[in-house]
Formats: sequence, structure tokens, C-alpha cells
Amino acid sequence: MHRILLAAGSAAAFLLFAAPSFAAAIFVSNEKDNTITVLNGDTLEVVKTIKVARRPRGIVVSPDGKELFVAAGDGDIMDVIDTKTLEVSRQLESGPDPELMAIDPKGDVIYIANEDDSLVTIMDIKSGDILAEVPVGVEPEGMGVSPDGKFTVATSESTSMAHVIDNATNKLIANVLVDSRPREAKFTPDGKELWVSSEVGGTISVIDPKTWKVVKKISFEVPGVRPEQLQPVGMDFTKDGKLLFAPLGPSNRVAVIDAATKEVKDYILVGQRPWHGEMSPDGKKYYVANGLTNDLTVIDVESLKAEKSVPVGRLPWGVAVMP
Amino acid sequence: MRIVYLGKEYEEPLPLSYAEKPIPDKGIQGARLMLKEANQAGNFVGHSFELTEAIVPQDADVVAKAKEVLAGGDRFIIADLEPADLLAVADLPEAKDAVIMNIRSSATALRQEQCRINVFHIIPDYAMRADALAQYLIWKKWPRWFVIRRDSPQDQDYLAQVKRSAARFGGKVVDDKLYDLPPGARNLDSGHQQIQAQIPMETEAAPDHDVVWVINSDDDFGDYLLFRTYVPRPVVGTQGLQAVAWDKSYTESGAMHFQNAIPRIAKRAPVERDYTAWLGFRALADSAMKSGKTTPQEVKAYMLSDEFKLEGFKGQAMSFRTWDHQMRQPIVLGGGTRVPVSTSPQEGFLHPTNVTDTLGFDKPETKCKFK
Repeated sequence: MHRILLAAGSAAAFLLFAAPSFAAAIFVSNEKDNTITVLNGDTLEVVKTIKVARRPRGIVVSPDGKELFVAAGDGDIMDVIDTKTLEVSRQLESGPDPELMAIDPKGDVIYIANEDDSLVTIMDIKSGDILAEVPVGVEPEGMGVSPDGKFTVATSESTSMAHVIDNATNKLIANVLVDSRPREAKFTPDGKELWVSSEVGGTISVIDPKTWKVVKKISFEVPGVRPEQLQPVGMDFTKDGKLLFAPLGPSNRVAVIDAATKEVKDYILVGQRPWHGEMSPDGKKYYVANGLTNDLTVIDVESLKAEKSVPVGRLPWGVAVMP
Repeated sequence: MRIVYLGKEYEEPLPLSYAEKPIPDKGIQGARLMLKEANQAGNFVGHSFELTEAIVPQDADVVAKAKEVLAGGDRFIIADLEPADLLAVADLPEAKDAVIMNIRSSATALRQEQCRINVFHIIPDYAMRADALAQYLIWKKWPRWFVIRRDSPQDQDYLAQVKRSAARFGGKVVDDKLYDLPPGARNLDSGHQQIQAQIPMETEAAPDHDVVWVINSDDDFGDYLLFRTYVPRPVVGTQGLQAVAWDKSYTESGAMHFQNAIPRIAKRAPVERDYTAWLGFRALADSAMKSGKTTPQEVKAYMLSDEFKLEGFKGQAMSFRTWDHQMRQPIVLGGGTRVPVSTSPQEGFLHPTNVTDTLGFDKPETKCKFK
């Protein structure tokens, strides 16, 4: 049905999208379909399906909300989507096989993990000029910028490390060994802790940015679920920084962790193989993409209940929202 | 940390396809890649790794070479050796405290009656391979297997494990046929016409079966069965659909990294032994970096501890079975297909502690007694 709607003209879809009641847009990258699904944040209806380069995974909205960056691993390129027109407006030469990226809080610089070259590419977001390339461990993936913009962290999946880059000098200042296959790095909203998820190790390491040492490891346990299925990948803090939502891949659950005590508060059953999610702009909902069931589950942050699942494209991977 | 790659240039069967080039450097290329990667990681945390390549010619004595290596103080050995040589090296008095990684031999006896406390097995054995395929066939509801095979020691070993898998998972070997047409030259103009006539005759008398399970370690007829059997049946085993630690079609869980990295140094696609060599080296390097300890005793203790969780593109941590030192690992079902068919263990095959232990010899069944 949506296809027919789209065939009828994206102008109609755009009008719908631009309606004043429209609160937020949810973007989901569909790894298998080479598309981005755009959902209306209020109605959860599909507004548009945008064709992008091959194998879109990591997606990030710029701090000003004007652009959506899409890492297309098999296309060796980064597509940039104008969030008003919902069209690919430009492309950035990301280097080969980009997977995840992070943008500094000011919105000037984008940090890209180049899996194949063991490099972090630091790029001027407007011009696309490469400012620096920093060699890190084998298979870099996760990228996170500290809230004050001083540090960028890359995780290398094969080397099992979090590499800390000083953004003033673009030099590595620390390398922290964590458990196997680290996938994502996130600073707490207050910048006082760095959290790193280890997919195969099945843990989240909490690192103190003063010393760059692991101060705590969080592990997971669900009765009746095999331990090797409890694999944290994506991580998202609530707006107040009190909770962290961590989709646990093959266990079909999202773990909710108390950021202060580091205790797991709850495991919320969602669709199959959730890897990444995102908080809604008002912080009331958490959206998680279920890779194997081709849908997006909406979790209510206050009640910690999965409210609804809506179909998106095939093998949905990343989620981004635009206020 | 110094690691020795100990190997011998054994005569290996030629690929059945005349168009396929024999590969003289299987294994060592994986070790060379890991040397580079281990140092890349080690640089960040103050560890360094060296690799000594000790590969002797076909007519040389690899045990003498092992003595030389051990006399030089080396204790970490990646063994690209056939079973007799592997055991001879492992049983040297000076190898008592060595850590030897078997990356080559699938012989089940090495994990059973002939297990050694200083040997760790990276490569899956025939029992794991047979179980990996059997689980898939049972899941497909294709339980009747027509075995057609040669009779080399490897083939006999694999056959025994197929029968064991049948008994474990509810399959049945409906017939066990020896293929006795002698191997010939690989390439003959219009040779396919004769094969096309022969294979239906060879397979015509078989009782009702769902699949043909070919066991042909010497690779001298197995592929002839595909699309030529008397009744149309899929072919699995050493040809057709194969149970392997690595396949050129495998791309999931970060596997493209390895698929891309090997051709850069070896100018060819990775093969299974490149992967097992890479993984064996990685098990040692990872243990040293994560535990911060580098003596053979400490590395061995770490590898056998619950802390040890090795990543190797299979989507889950791999570790060693304490009862026979076999690495527990998911197994890819591929080979001969451009995209992999599946990965075992299959859904529904359950185990109280670790589902990968549904592949191969589990603790209660082991005949290994470490001395």
C-alpha cells in the first residue's frame, strides 16, 4: 500500500510529513533493502521510504536536525538526507565500509569508523574534507563523542579495545581493553562515565574518563535464556541520564540498566534480534529496530512496557529521530 | 611472546577441478595475518608478538625440527601437522609444558583415546562436522542418508562419526557404499560424458534415501555426484554441502574482515586452515593480552578458565572444552554454494549448559583421559 502511495508521488507524502501536528520523525535504516524508512513519530505511519546506497547501517541526525547521515557499508559512501525534503541531498566520501559514526555536539565534525582500514576518519561535516585519519585497532566500529566535545572514542571489534582520541590534537591518548567484540561507546549525558558494550563478551564496561580505566562491568542474566544470547550492542541513555536501554540482540530483549547503581532493572521482550534504538525527542519513548522480524518496537520509558510494533523494511538496523 | 608455526609440506590431494589451483600456503597465511593484528593490538597495551616459521620439506623430519624449536626455549606452537607427527611432537619430554594448537587434523582419536594435555584443537573434528550436518538434515526432515565413500583412514573416521550422528539425532545410514572406480587424471577432454553415464549406475541400487552423504577426503570423485545421481538428491559431506570452520562464502558477524584481509597478503581467498591458524594464534595472543601473563602455564590456565571468551566471526564467544581441549564453536554449512546455507547448532537441539556442545563429544561421552 505504501508503495502505491509513494508511486503516486512523494509530494503527497511530503505534505503529510510537513503537517503542523507532526511532532517528530523516526528514521530506520533497512540493511537488506538499501532504504531508510521514515515514520511519523505521532502516528507511527510510514511517511516515506528513501532509497540509499547499499547496506545502510549507522544513521545519525545532525545536532541542528537538518541532515541525516547514513553509513552505507557496501556502497563505501555516506549518504546525507535533507530532513525537510527527505531526499538524498549529497554524499560524503567516507572511505571504505563505513559502519557507525558520531557527530561532535557543535555539529562541525563527523567521526567515522572505517572497518576495513583500521582507521577513524575525521571529517568536516560541511565540506566533506578529511581533517585527520587516526589509526586504531582492527575493525573499528562504535563511535562516541563526549558531551563537552573534548574526546572521541572508537571501539575496535577485533582488538577488543576502546580507543580514546583527544579532539584538540586528533591523537590517541588512551587504549582501554574491554571484553570481546566491543560494538558501541556512549558517554553518560553528564560526561562523567563512558560505557562500552561488548557483544561477544556479553558485558558493558563502565570507564572513568579521568583515568580511562574500567571501573565496573555489567553482565546480564535471564532465566531460561542461554547466556551467549545476551549480547549487548546499541546503548541509549534516557534524557535525564538515569537509565540506559541496551538491546540484547539474539535474546530478543532490551535491558534497562539503572545508570547510578549499574543494576539491570528490567528486560523488555521485543521483536527478534534488536541491535540499535533511539530515544524519542521528548524522552518518553524508546524505539528499537528488530532485525529479524522487520519491525520497530515502541517502549514506554516510564512504564517500561513494549507498547506497539510497526513494520519497517527488511533487516532494520539503526534508528535516529528528528525533533 | 614468541610463537612457532610448525609444519611440514605433506603431499596433499589435488583439487578435483583441474581449473582450481593447488594451494601451497594454507594455514601459514592466517598466522601471518594474526601476527600483524596481534601486534597492532599489542602496541596499544605494551605486548609484542613474534612468529617463527618452521615448515620442513616433505622428506624432512619434523620431530627433529620440533626438538630444535623447543631447545631454543619456544613453548607456543601452532601445529600444522598430521596426527602421527602431532603426537610425536606432543610426546617429546621437552614439550611437556608446551601449548600446542592443532589447526590441521580433524581425527577424532586426537580428542578421544589419544588426547594430550598439551594439545588444544582449534579445527573441528569429524564428530563435530557430522553432527553439524546431521542436525540440519534432521531439521529439514531428511533423515535417510546414503553414504558413498572411499576408504582412507580419514574416510573411515568420518563414516564412524556419521553413524554416531545418525544414532544421536534419529537419522539412518540406509547404505554404505564403497566407490571403487579408481581415481584418474583430473582433466580429460569429453571426460564428463563418461562420468555422466557412470554416476547414475553407481547410485541406482541404493535403497530409498533423502540425501547422498559423500565421504571422500582425497577429493577424487565427490563432486561427480552432484546433479548426476540416479534419483535427484542433494549431496552433503566432504563435497556438496560441507560442515566447516570457514568457507569462502561466509560473510556474517564481521567475517568480511577476514575475507578481505587474507587476499591482501596471500593473493587468494582464505581457506579453512588459514582461519584455524589465525584463530589458534589469536587464542594465545588474546590470553596473553587479557590476562597480562605470558608463561605457558598461565596462558593455558587462562584458556581453560571461564574468563576466556574468544571472538572469531561466529557471532558468539568461543572457548575450549575442558574434557578434551576441543574448541567449541558454531559450524558453517557451506562449500560449493555461493552463499552459505546455514550455521549449526540448529534451533531446537538443546543442551543444559552450552548448545555448541551438541556438536561433537560432550563431557559424558568423552574417552579422553589427560595424564
